[in-house]
Amino acid sequence: MQRRTLMKAALTAITMTALQATTALAENTVLKIGFVGVTSGPAAAWGISNQRSMEARASWINETGGYTIGGTTYDIEIVSFDDQKDPKRAIAGMEKMAQEGIHYVVGPNVDDGAAAVRPVAEANGIMYFPYAFPKSLYQAPASNAVLGMVANYQSGPAIYKYLMDEKGVKTVAFIAANESDPLSQRDGGVEAATALGMEVVSANVTYQVDTTDFTPVLTPVMRSRPDLLVLSGVSPANAPQLIRSARELGFQGVISTETAQDAGVLAEGAGDLANGFISVGGASTPELASPMMNEFVQRYTDMFGEYNDESNTKVYALEYILETLKADPSAITDVDAFQAIMDTFEAPNPYMNGDAKLRYVGMSSFGQKRQVSVPLVVNVYQDGEFKTLFVAEVD
Amino acid sequence: MEQILANGVYLGSQYAMIALGLTLIFALMNVLNFAHGQMYVIGGFVTYTFYGHWGVPFILALVMSCVTLAILGALIERYLFAPVIKGSAREESTMLLAAGIAFFLDAVILLVFGEKQRGVPKIVDGVFNWDFRLIMPYDRILICVLAILSIVAFIALMQYTKTGRALRALAQDRTAAQLMGVNVDRYSMIGFALGAMLAGLVGGLLVTITGVNLGMGGATSIKAFMMVMIGGAGVISGAIWGGIILGFMEAIGLALLYQYGDITYLVIFVSLMIFLAVRPQGLMGKPWG
Repeated sequence: MQRRTLMKAALTAITMTALQATTALAENTVLKIGFVGVTSGPAAAWGISNQRSMEARASWINETGGYTIGGTTYDIEIVSFDDQKDPKRAIAGMEKMAQEGIHYVVGPNVDDGAAAVRPVAEANGIMYFPYAFPKSLYQAPASNAVLGMVANYQSGPAIYKYLMDEKGVKTVAFIAANESDPLSQRDGGVEAATALGMEVVSANVTYQVDTTDFTPVLTPVMRSRPDLLVLSGVSPANAPQLIRSARELGFQGVISTETAQDAGVLAEGAGDLANGFISVGGASTPELASPMMNEFVQRYTDMFGEYNDESNTKVYALEYILETLKADPSAITDVDAFQAIMDTFEAPNPYMNGDAKLRYVGMSSFGQKRQVSVPLVVNVYQDGEFKTLFVAEVD
Repeated sequence: MEQILANGVYLGSQYAMIALGLTLIFALMNVLNFAHGQMYVIGGFVTYTFYGHWGVPFILALVMSCVTLAILGALIERYLFAPVIKGSAREESTMLLAAGIAFFLDAVILLVFGEKQRGVPKIVDGVFNWDFRLIMPYDRILICVLAILSIVAFIALMQYTKTGRALRALAQDRTAAQLMGVNVDRYSMIGFALGAMLAGLVGGLLVTITGVNLGMGGATSIKAFMMVMIGGAGVISGAIWGGIILGFMEAIGLALLYQYGDITYLVIFVSLMIFLAVRPQGLMGKPWG
């Protein structure tokens, strides 16, 4: 009898809990936002920082009552798809988003994936926010892609100019992984450096993506004795090893990259040898980060155990989507309305101190506003953390 | 030239160690262990956790990597490979199982250790610099010496101990070894554990130089297979020579071919194809297997 009573009590408790959960979920309408990117294999860090940024922000929004757009409050649900850095999988991922009725997707992370999904996105009314740099994705007649970060052809010239003026840099060497993104970034960097009057002393040394020992790769580059070594499109996994090898080979010049990096990874992999390394970041240095950015970092850390500095940039895409939808609620199901309001959209940037704005840019580079205005924060690594070197804006 | 030779010796010694474990497992069980690279990565992460994260002395961390991988290898052999080998005469069954284990371990590594590149503090500071003709950080020299010592110790174990003799007998003729009283099941497990332990050892050693991330496993396995194919599958001395040859080819190619772009591995793969067409059993392998 006692056992039966216990079972009844347990069943009742389970039923009540299930009902409560259903009620809680049913309180708000669900707004699904997609993510298609690489979350496995060697480049997993790029996509995982995207996915986790979105999940951390969505969880925060849902926990605080949801996100109100046009009088309706939504819970945000992130639907993720691992494209394994394979364009065919990226297409499958975008088709899955279309089948689920999703109109806003963050990703893909690389050039070929972003190019591959374009027909699917445009045919199914999906706006997507890639982290890929080919201009053809954002120039007319392309319409549905919005660059989610600052491109290397925008940040590179600013960094090189700064180094020429402030550090007297005259010669530069480039090294890149042998795949499409880093190679195109290297070519863009060579073009920018040449246009600024720098002498390019080495630009044809490349390395396999899975290289782990960079000393033999860098040895010929070091013989060219550049003032500046640019690690074009370098992944956070390779940056510390490249820096370490270059310094151990006696290189004393400046090392820079136009991709986002993680201070913890640099500290572990290169230690003090990474001091002075210049990279592009978001807005998490103490002087720039707003209280909301600090809370985001804390929530991300609580949720996943460790923060990733790449998320300083990747936190923005979801915010842009939601704020733009708030500006025109009809855009929730109509991407034409979304595109129409992009030209005039403006909202306060919640992640940055001062009067920074969220707005779409890209007129200079693409001839239409198809880029989120992420602050171009150029950081220098020093003793385990990034310090702001200078801040610029992209138009 | 001095730098090329030094890079070749360093790369060759680490590659030889990676290939040893793979070829041992193949010799004993006729299993192509596609998860060898993932075992290497786990070895690196275990050393990272103990040495880099918890501050345990490096040697102890290295021992922990060896022990962890030996246990993992023994469990994998006992509960996965042994039943499949007994239940299926088709070789592709173990290949599929090995591929499945590789994917599984990749997922486990992502869950347990995360997606980030990890590194540990240098075990020795300073760089040996001979008038810029030969530059080699002291930690690389130390790791190279440790790798060579480990290879010597492994050969001694195989040559002069009862376990080594039993493993060699098993590799030469499984049935004959059984008829001579060798406990085949037990020594298969020991051999697999030893192979996995070697992967853990080299992962633990190299995390001090290259760091470690979850994406390294597949590439490491491919290089290990190349070395084994060059030297001859299932032959210990072949794996060592395969590692040394690949290390020198890489060092020479990167030094001489850099102005043509990243063609070193293209040249290596073409050379390997031509070599295998002429000598499919590899340098030290026998044509009959």
